[in-house]
Amino acid sequence: MFSTRGLLTRTFKAEPGAADGRVSERAYRTLRRSVVVATATVALVPLIITTFMNYVQYRDALQAEAVRPMERLTLNTKRSLELFLSERRSALTFLVHDRPFADLCDERTLMRMISNLNRSLEVGAFVDLGLIDDHGYQLCYSGPYELSGRNYMDQDWFHEVARLGTYTSDVFLGFRNSPHFAIAIKHDRDDGAFYVLRATIDADMLSEQILTVGLDRSDDVFLINRDGVLQSPSRRYGEILQTFPIPVPNYSPSVEDVEVLDTRGEKVFMSSAYISSSPFILIHVKPAREAMGRWFKLRSELIGFLVISAALILGVVLWGSGLLIRKLRDADERRAALYHHMEYSNKLASIGRLAAGVAHEINNPLAIINEKAGLLQDLVTVGPDIENRERLIASVDSILRSVQRCKKVTHRLLGFARHMDVKTETIDLESLLKEVLGFLEKEAEYRNVTVRFRVDPNLQTIRSDRGQLQQVFLNILNNAFAAVSEGGEIGIEITGEGADRVAVTVGDNGTGIPKEHLERIFEPFFTTKEGIGTGLGLSITYGIVKKLGGEIRVDSTVGEGTRFTVVLPVSREG
Amino acid sequence: MDHLKVLFVDDEEELVSAVVERLDLRGIDAVGVTSGDEALHRLRGGSFDVVVIDVKMPGIGGIEVLRTINRRHPEVKVILMTGHGSAEDSEIGRRLGAVAYLQKPVDLEDLLMTIKQASNRGEGDHADE
Repeated sequence: MFSTRGLLTRTFKAEPGAADGRVSERAYRTLRRSVVVATATVALVPLIITTFMNYVQYRDALQAEAVRPMERLTLNTKRSLELFLSERRSALTFLVHDRPFADLCDERTLMRMISNLNRSLEVGAFVDLGLIDDHGYQLCYSGPYELSGRNYMDQDWFHEVARLGTYTSDVFLGFRNSPHFAIAIKHDRDDGAFYVLRATIDADMLSEQILTVGLDRSDDVFLINRDGVLQSPSRRYGEILQTFPIPVPNYSPSVEDVEVLDTRGEKVFMSSAYISSSPFILIHVKPAREAMGRWFKLRSELIGFLVISAALILGVVLWGSGLLIRKLRDADERRAALYHHMEYSNKLASIGRLAAGVAHEINNPLAIINEKAGLLQDLVTVGPDIENRERLIASVDSILRSVQRCKKVTHRLLGFARHMDVKTETIDLESLLKEVLGFLEKEAEYRNVTVRFRVDPNLQTIRSDRGQLQQVFLNILNNAFAAVSEGGEIGIEITGEGADRVAVTVGDNGTGIPKEHLERIFEPFFTTKEGIGTGLGLSITYGIVKKLGGEIRVDSTVGEGTRFTVVLPVSREG
Repeated sequence: MDHLKVLFVDDEEELVSAVVERLDLRGIDAVGVTSGDEALHRLRGGSFDVVVIDVKMPGIGGIEVLRTINRRHPEVKVILMTGHGSAEDSEIGRRLGAVAYLQKPVDLEDLLMTIKQASNRGEGDHADE
């Protein structure tokens, strides 16, 4: 059995091209990455594009919706302010042209006129009236201030009215040191000179004209002049006559809307309208975050939708690709394991055939030796006494004993070869295990390994496949022999497990298997004997035991040893 | 036992001669031949109680001879013998009514006992090796 045992042992440990049947980890990772990237791209790109288009459309629509009421309010206020100013201009124009100078230049007349004007115009708002000659002197004045005799020659408004005939000033402090604006109407006299009827109106009156219906706290509607000076108080930009910090919008006859960054760094929507025949520009400012409240909510929802959808898609893609790759890997491994198993079985079968051939070839001459030696023994024993008879008999005995040893070896080999084919037969497990141990007895002898047997006396025979079981136990015993050191011990125990099962436990006092390896030892290609083992032995063993309707258990403690238990049904089904 | 006639068939002449001589020494009337043809020829000529025959031989093998014996000489008991011993051969042998199936090298005492059992009881109920 010498050389043949070596051959068998090597077959269990040899590496029949373990790597070539399998796909590397890296290839699976690359494949998974490609699957994830491709699937995610196909799923995510349309989602992102659609969401982006929705984003832009919704933003534009909601912005237009937010700006429209501002625009409407600005336009209405512009009309109301223009009406306010034009009414007052018309009234003053009527007066200055209707009354002769002498009538006008009377303080009481002026006072009565103020009173009448304020009564006839719903919101009169006139503070005072004055009559100024073409040298800028205030000839007559009626009002709460002491302004008679004042000279306005140096003031811009006087020159403007002289030039244009009618003039509405922007808000200023003037002599009275209170914000107001003036409307002045020029009347040309027949003698070529002229005089000007000038009325002042409190700046507050302008503010009162600004429509406040439909405004909320964040709306800021106010007037500026063309130099960017506030003409009415602003909630955001300060009091009257302070400077408006945003550049003055360019002239346009209609309402203009812009989105600007104000001094606070805040994005605001600004509607503006030039008030005709006046220096005023109506400004309506609303912070974008207030105006676009709905948009911001919708934007959060859109972004949330995108993020959740993308996360879901990615999750499903990752899960799906993981599953796919796992299945693929399982299939690959199963195929590789099957391939190796077949290769292994073929090898075993070849060895079996070889062993049988060798055994047969040896058995015939062995039979001749046996019979010839037997005949010699017969002749010497029954024939006449000859010289050295005893020595001759002893020699023949020795030959016959040797023949018996050879016979044992060849019969064992034949027994191994005979059971290559799958076949259910009645098996005495004890003799089967002893037969398998026969292959390892020399190793046990050389390494001084003790093998102990303990067999349940009530043990019954089982119906199973002898050849497959030989493989199983040869593999487990091989592992046990590999695990024990010189002088080690291997215990084999065969006991009944219930009425219909038999357990064979092979225990050793070897190195033991670490816990992290223990969970994986039945996995195909798992090996701790890198370069020596294929990692298939125990997986094949596991497969065979399962096929035979049994199960295999292992428990091990590092430093104490390992116990493999093979539980087999008494009668094999299927 | 005194007049037990045994035909021993094996292609190894050396083996045949030794076995025949040893059986003779034990009072068995043994005849040895080295082929299946020869065996069938001998069977036609004389009556044998037991035929011990090698399964694998050049020409007509043991199984073939067994079939012929079953047909022509059903009273003759057959013991099969092989150096190979495949499960199928053993099974076929049993089915065809061989009384025993022995593996080479056969211990002469075992052979003798099997021959005696075969001839005495007319049935081979002991197990092969």
